[in-house]
Amino acid sequence: MSTPQTEKHPVRWHIAVFLAPAVIVYTTIMILPLFGTLQLSFFRQIDREAVFVGLDNFRTLLLDPRWSASFWNALGNNMWFFVVHMLVQNPIGILLAAILSSPRLRLAAFYRTAIFIPTILSFVIVGFGWKLILSPIWGVAPSLLDAVGLKVLFAPWLGKEEYALTTLSLISVWQFVGIPMMLIYAALLTIPDEIIEAAECDGITGMSQFWKVKLPLILPSIGIISVLTFVANFNAFDLIYSAQGALAGPNFATDILGTFLYRTFFGFQLQIGDPNMGSTIASIMFLIILAGVCFYLFVIQRRLRRYQF
Amino acid sequence: MTAKHMKTLLLSATLLSSASMAHAEDVTLTVESWRNDDLSIWQDTIIPAFEAKHPGIKVKFTPSAPAEYNAVLNSKLEAGSAGDLITCRPFDASLALYDKGYLASLADLEGIKNFSDVAKSAWITDDGANPFCVPMASVIHGFIYNKAAFESLGIAVPQTEDEFFAALDKIKEDGNYIPMAMGTNDQWEAATMGYQNIGPNYWKGEEGRKALIAGTQKLTDDQWVAPYRTLAKWKDYLGDGFEAQTYPDSQNLFTLGRAAVYPAGSWEISGFNTQADFEMGAFIPPVKAAGDPCYISDHTDIAIGMNAKTSHPDETRTFLNWVASPEFATLYANALPGFFPLSSEPVTLEDPLAQEFISWRQKCEPTIRSTYQILSRGTPNLENETWNASANVIRGTESPEDAAKRLQDGLASWYEPQK
Repeated sequence: MSTPQTEKHPVRWHIAVFLAPAVIVYTTIMILPLFGTLQLSFFRQIDREAVFVGLDNFRTLLLDPRWSASFWNALGNNMWFFVVHMLVQNPIGILLAAILSSPRLRLAAFYRTAIFIPTILSFVIVGFGWKLILSPIWGVAPSLLDAVGLKVLFAPWLGKEEYALTTLSLISVWQFVGIPMMLIYAALLTIPDEIIEAAECDGITGMSQFWKVKLPLILPSIGIISVLTFVANFNAFDLIYSAQGALAGPNFATDILGTFLYRTFFGFQLQIGDPNMGSTIASIMFLIILAGVCFYLFVIQRRLRRYQF
Repeated sequence: MTAKHMKTLLLSATLLSSASMAHAEDVTLTVESWRNDDLSIWQDTIIPAFEAKHPGIKVKFTPSAPAEYNAVLNSKLEAGSAGDLITCRPFDASLALYDKGYLASLADLEGIKNFSDVAKSAWITDDGANPFCVPMASVIHGFIYNKAAFESLGIAVPQTEDEFFAALDKIKEDGNYIPMAMGTNDQWEAATMGYQNIGPNYWKGEEGRKALIAGTQKLTDDQWVAPYRTLAKWKDYLGDGFEAQTYPDSQNLFTLGRAAVYPAGSWEISGFNTQADFEMGAFIPPVKAAGDPCYISDHTDIAIGMNAKTSHPDETRTFLNWVASPEFATLYANALPGFFPLSSEPVTLEDPLAQEFISWRQKCEPTIRSTYQILSRGTPNLENETWNASANVIRGTESPEDAAKRLQDGLASWYEPQK
């Protein structure tokens, strides 16, 4: 073009135009509600008037004996929920991915699809389905165990305080194991054949090849999966609600932050909802998730070594 | 040209819509309700019966979904577009509407005299001076049993607690039936069909309930702990794995004939009648010793009141008086067996099981669920805590004394008279 380059850059409208839809939509449906929630948590209804109370709601939640008992119970349960996912879901996901990526496995596409299908099922279907499977009255679990003579092992797992949460965590693991499997599978496929061949030339094969060559290469993916699991678990609500109801029985043994928030915010049965305390719980959940993600971003991710091929 | 067209259209639209009101001089009353299940009953039975007797008044039943009703009604009332007649939820939800001036006081309504104090208790100001809704129906608690099972085992209908547990023992020993169909998975049955079902016999119905509200009795007093001790004994008679048994599971166990006794509320009647193919009977919550006075939970559930801003107050009152009459009570009770009219006037019911339930009103003192009036206004919520405590006691994970103490501490933390 013959026009000389001017000193000033022209205003680059197209950037704003292209960003606008995402910014507008994200702001209205995510950022504004987030700040609305934070704002609500600093107020309290006194005689039908919203009164600014500073951090008083947080003090109530964390220090009042009744509120704090429910809160720590929910947080503790949530931690266990997360621990089960980290210890069961992710290792199994990695294992499945490793098996699937083995070139000698036949019907790999079928297994991949079959294992991934529960992930796309609705929580309600999963909750009710498993509730029926495990039902002591009509369920297939007791009759199956009976058929192999192990009926003594059966217990009404969803109704016992000591097992209910673990049972639900494992159901959730069953549902979502497809996600780590897919991500790791994709990561394993990106490892170039040259590296594997080089390893073979050096005499590293079989299991030690997985531990010494492949695992270090997929560590960044495992990190991402851990963060996704963390966020999903601390936001979880649906499965507990559809299987155990809002009271998260038995005796609040399956109460996690999500169900605790729901009961408080919207109320339950004769309990009238308390949006202010509900928002306080939501804000704490936000802070917990924020802290977890920051820990990952600033502590873990920096130390992960990445390899360029 | 187009403007003229528009005018004609608007005019004809107005004419058409007013034409649907039939006669110009007729007054149309609109009923707000959450009972969309009852739409056909209102349209086919109740409204024609009323309109036949009261020419010049038309009634329109416009229900909304139960879960949305409170919110929808509130916004309609605020906007001034709510119907003339408002179906009332029991206790605090309706009391709040009265306090805000949306519901009119019915203290001077002729028909309100047809109702006992217990019947009115859910829709009256705390001082008892102003009733604001005409009670329509209540549900009664008791036990429904499988007659065939009782006959084959030679068990008589139990009157006392000892007979009750002896009967359960016998059923258990025989092994053909699960003695009692109830689970603790959903928790509310343990409180509603357990604690509130058998409890009134211990705390002497209204006497205990009112004393609790007044603060002269505590939940740790013996009459409030004793029902928990009895509940704790139920554990051995519930089916295998009752901890994970849900409410529909229990209903199915009973209607399939696999369980002999079902701790019930009368709302089950119509469902059970269609599901079960054996004859059912019902008995009162057993008393301690033969001849003791009996108390039943006759829980007020639904009522109807007047929008304070209605433009047809006289016609609305006419309708409310009719709702208070035996004619309405009979129509409603027979259309919905298990929802019993609250009027003190005698009512004829056709369903035998419903007849059995309602006959208890002659023998026993009625009361309502102890946790519903006033006591569930604060946090922690006594009703919700009672669910949890009752389920814990039945599962045997909390002792009756500990449960009662926890409830008392919770109530005392916010309710002045109990401090």
